[in-house]
Amino acid sequence: MHELTVTESILEIAVRHAREAGAARIAGIHLVLGELSSIVDDSVQFYWDMISENTLAEGAQLVFRRVPVELLCLSCAQRYSPSSVELACPSCGAVQVKIIAGEEFFVEAIDIQMEGSKEAK
Amino acid sequence: MNQRISVVEKILDANDQIASENRAYLEAAGVFSLNLMASPGAGKTSLIEQTIKNLSRDVRLAVVDGDIATSLDADRAAAAGARAVQINTGGDCHLDAIMLRQALGQIDLCEVELLIVENVGNLICPANFQLGTCQNVLVASTPEGADKPYKYPGVYRGVDALVINKIDLLPYLDFDMAYFRRGVQILNPGVVTFPLSCRSGEGVEAWLEWIRESIRAFRARYGSNGMAKHVRD
Repeated sequence: MHELTVTESILEIAVRHAREAGAARIAGIHLVLGELSSIVDDSVQFYWDMISENTLAEGAQLVFRRVPVELLCLSCAQRYSPSSVELACPSCGAVQVKIIAGEEFFVEAIDIQMEGSKEAK
Repeated sequence: MNQRISVVEKILDANDQIASENRAYLEAAGVFSLNLMASPGAGKTSLIEQTIKNLSRDVRLAVVDGDIATSLDADRAAAAGARAVQINTGGDCHLDAIMLRQALGQIDLCEVELLIVENVGNLICPANFQLGTCQNVLVASTPEGADKPYKYPGVYRGVDALVINKIDLLPYLDFDMAYFRRGVQILNPGVVTFPLSCRSGEGVEAWLEWIRESIRAFRARYGSNGMAKHVRD
């Protein structure tokens, strides 16, 4: 359910940056979501179609880049992606680990069209 | 022709900024604050009742209760002796920083030393929304099962303290404490943990002592709530 708030935030960020760049239209939005961020792509897409209507971003394509969880074992320096039922290091069993990827939660870039370009309406 | 422009801006940055304002506001007012998160039925409200019952003689306490529709939890907090403010989220699955800011406007913070925010029962959404409280606390409970850190890593990762409620039920459950703690250790190394039972009272004193100590440390850093101190003295 919090995907609505998340989607509103994405729209606000995209439109603000597009305006600053003087864009006529936003064609695409690139999102980076770590697996730890617990956001459902389909729900974001669902809300997106509703709330982007009549904005610079109407019809823009959402491109999701999912980043898997990656851990670094502080005992044996093994880098690994944990299974869904065990987080400890698969090599040495240690539990002293560092999370090095999977917490990303940001708008990476937007694709814009300028006034006068062929596709821009 | 499409032109790509780099953005790199955190989603929910706006919420985080208001959370920072809430934090600064509470610090300036000398109010130590907790955000309690848990799944429905883990015992947030019971823990709050225990806390009010045991601390309200020494500490002036207020509770902000987030709920989807009812005021049952706020009524319980009020019945236990705290001033309580209800936020009905109207279907939203979490509290956010704006909701807390509005609730803070309804409380005379001069009269408060400890503010407990009871989030909506949910292990997923609240973890993404900082409120601006001093500490985030997760209330886990043994009947939920030992696999919860593995299934909901986000909320386990982001808390400053972990309560494991309903330990009185351990003899009747297949709760693998070692497996549970291993997941917690990886996601949140060294997080302070309180196994307790709100029902029997076992372990509750350690939780209360942590709050007292946290308030002392908070006061040493940000100053005490002068008005509240005056009233009590």
